[in-house]
Amino acid sequence: MIYLQLFLSYLKIGFFGFGGGYAMISLIYNEVVVQNGWLTASELADVAAISQMTPGPIAINCATYVGYTVTGNAWGSLLATVAVSLPSMTLMLLATRFYLKLRGNRHFEGAMAGMQPMMIGLILSSALMLFGPETFIDWKSWLIFAGCFVASIKRVNPILLIVLSAVAGIVFY
Amino acid sequence: MASLWSIFYSFLKIGAFTFGGGYAMIPLIEAEMIQKRGWLSREEFINQLTIAQSVPGPIALNTAVFVGYKTRGMKGALAALVGVIIPSFFIILLIATCFTDFKDNTTVAAAFKGMRPAVVALIATPLIGMAKGMNWWKIALALLAAAAIWQLGLSPIWFIFGGALVGIAWSFRPEGRKEDER
Repeated sequence: MIYLQLFLSYLKIGFFGFGGGYAMISLIYNEVVVQNGWLTASELADVAAISQMTPGPIAINCATYVGYTVTGNAWGSLLATVAVSLPSMTLMLLATRFYLKLRGNRHFEGAMAGMQPMMIGLILSSALMLFGPETFIDWKSWLIFAGCFVASIKRVNPILLIVLSAVAGIVFY
Repeated sequence: MASLWSIFYSFLKIGAFTFGGGYAMIPLIEAEMIQKRGWLSREEFINQLTIAQSVPGPIALNTAVFVGYKTRGMKGALAALVGVIIPSFFIILLIATCFTDFKDNTTVAAAFKGMRPAVVALIATPLIGMAKGMNWWKIALALLAAAAIWQLGLSPIWFIFGGALVGIAWSFRPEGRKEDER
């Protein structure tokens, strides 16, 4: 039963995918390419590329895409997307209720304070990982980066910045 | 009070314009949830990000669930989650069914080249605001964790748990309550 297998695989991906996006790729690779053979490695690389070029979480993009290719219809997409979202939904609901209840407790606030520098370090590391030659092709990339950096500090709307940078890319390249 | 529709619509916008992973949505959330709608305080937002990282699943989904639940309970969480997923779902479905040569399209590739450095900027700038409220050793810890994850490829979850343990241990010290923190 392909639908059940699809559901279980994406449930697993959603459940064990700590640290978001790129960390999930290896998990997805294991389920989709190694365990089930739904895609070849190079097809998955294509899906990852498409996920990066389209908005939204990579896990969702990948689930929608693989769900479609495996079953040949949109229901497969929906099923895989729901499966990958379920762990987030339930676990994060629990965590949020826990947070709202324990807020103000000295030890809980201590844990939050201890995690906070780690959280910031994590975000910084993901920014650093993007600082490669694929992102910064030439001086024009640096120009876009500098412009967005300054504009973002000045609180220019981020949606506007995304749209403008896409237009700049089309003009430049 | 926030209407379910406004929660849905806000997260729909976030879902449609978050390129390059969950962290790129931070400035969007700041603009939409903190400044425009006032659904979250800055401190809650920082806490939310911390919790979203310590729970499995994409940051974008975890954030949607947190903000939705906090503003309108269970229904709010569902409205936010569906809102943030819908743009991805339909765009990818469209690509899988009609535009299978999407990634070879030269215009798309060019737009993407322009967006990549912009995404790095969008991830980097909120860090400055976050670092402003911290003392030097917290910043040093953040830099250390970033370097270890970036260069050594260590799993971030250990750092989150480690930070929590140290924080709890620290909270058991006999005196000197909260003044020396943050």
